[in-house]
Amino acid sequence: MSEKPKVAFYWCASCGGCEEAVVDLAEKILDVVGAVDIVFWPVALDFKRRDVEALADGALLATFLNGAIRTTEQEEMARLLRKKSKLMIAFGACSHLGGIPGLANLWDRETIFQTAYRDSPSTVNPEGITPQPRHRVDGFELTLPGFFDTVRALDQVVEVDYYIPGCAPTPKIILAAVQTLLSGQLPPRGAVLAPDRALCDECPRKDSRPEKLMLTAFKRPHEVILEEDKCLLAQGVLCMGPATRGGCEALCLQGNMPCTGCFGPTSRVRDQGAKALSAVASLVESDDADEIDRILAAIPDPVGTFYRYSLPTSRLRRKRPAAAARAGEKIAA
Amino acid sequence: MPDATPAPRKFEPRIVAFFCNWCTYLAADLAGTSRLKYAPNTRVIRVMCSGRVDPQFVLEAFARGADGVLIGGCPPGDCHYQVGNYKALRRFRLLRRLLREMGIEEERLRLEWISASEADKVKAVVNDMVEKVRALGPLRLKVPEEVFAEEVAA
Repeated sequence: MSEKPKVAFYWCASCGGCEEAVVDLAEKILDVVGAVDIVFWPVALDFKRRDVEALADGALLATFLNGAIRTTEQEEMARLLRKKSKLMIAFGACSHLGGIPGLANLWDRETIFQTAYRDSPSTVNPEGITPQPRHRVDGFELTLPGFFDTVRALDQVVEVDYYIPGCAPTPKIILAAVQTLLSGQLPPRGAVLAPDRALCDECPRKDSRPEKLMLTAFKRPHEVILEEDKCLLAQGVLCMGPATRGGCEALCLQGNMPCTGCFGPTSRVRDQGAKALSAVASLVESDDADEIDRILAAIPDPVGTFYRYSLPTSRLRRKRPAAAARAGEKIAA
Repeated sequence: MPDATPAPRKFEPRIVAFFCNWCTYLAADLAGTSRLKYAPNTRVIRVMCSGRVDPQFVLEAFARGADGVLIGGCPPGDCHYQVGNYKALRRFRLLRRLLREMGIEEERLRLEWISASEADKVKAVVNDMVEKVRALGPLRLKVPEEVFAEEVAA
């Protein structure tokens, strides 16, 4: 029995990209495995929930949990792992901010089921069957996890000690975070383990940004041939750099694509989308309401653009239900 | 704003009003000294410029119980800081679209240019907005903790 600290990896509502990010550590993962025992990692190792349940409370140094919380099972696992861990680490944008799955907060369970199990062109479901949490077959009860109306970030379910940002976190960010945690020199609880500066600060195109930047048109990346060394905002392409935390070394910009905001806001911002909206709208070169609307019409999806990774942790958190739904709110999780 | 009072029988809209120091706040002051009577539903917050109204302030107000948000600034060309009101206008146009996508009606967010002498316009705008928001009903954004608690209990 080794004396190495024990850690767990777990995934909830996520795409698997965060697991890839761990594998992306390449040979560096050997250093990690040399320093810790991974006792639970469903995507890679054959340990079960009962193995976690058998651990003493606080037996794990840390759980790295990626993905948002969408189902009752995810919530249970988050609570279980919280109990067994000294440190709970929200790993990646979904766990940190709600992430792409969090955009489902523009809808609710009913409309999501309607689309997925009835309306979508590839669905064949003449009886209109939707998943039920409980079903009896031949005297046996079958169960499925309940599906919440609202997607949550991890810290809206359990207490989180640290956040590792990114969609997905970069190898450099992950390694630095793991080293910090193993060093015992812990930063203040609740810290995001990445620099607390806007991405523009580390952008290689920083110097090409004009002193006074005003725009009469917004373009989307497929509508224009982008220069490779000029600030994308200066080229009229929406870039979330000014409203996003740095630490990724401007990876997307290095690929000649704009930042979409996955590292979340800096510590001074409460609502990333509102701040990004504020920054972008003030670039519009017009004082006339109609012309402003015309220019801003080139942003077809403001919520999806400004809150791409952070809708559940925004101030509004989810779309307000229509009046009819508000009258009879009830949930069958 | 203490929230201790029990829910009123009749719905009285709560409007948070951000008024700029140089024009609209003076107009509201003048409305007071002129003894104009208008709806008591606004909670006025003085800011130096309508351009200081961060969209985060508006969302915070809605998230914490406001049924409407009114922003008052200097008329075009009269901004004490030259262009602050134009910045407010640009943000307002985009923010209102975003609110609509989030299920919050347009009438709940309003931007008005009211100069320091237009006390009667303060009265007219506030009265009109209170009536429109009253017709819409309470915003009643649930705090997510409530939503989640209900879901978990169900």
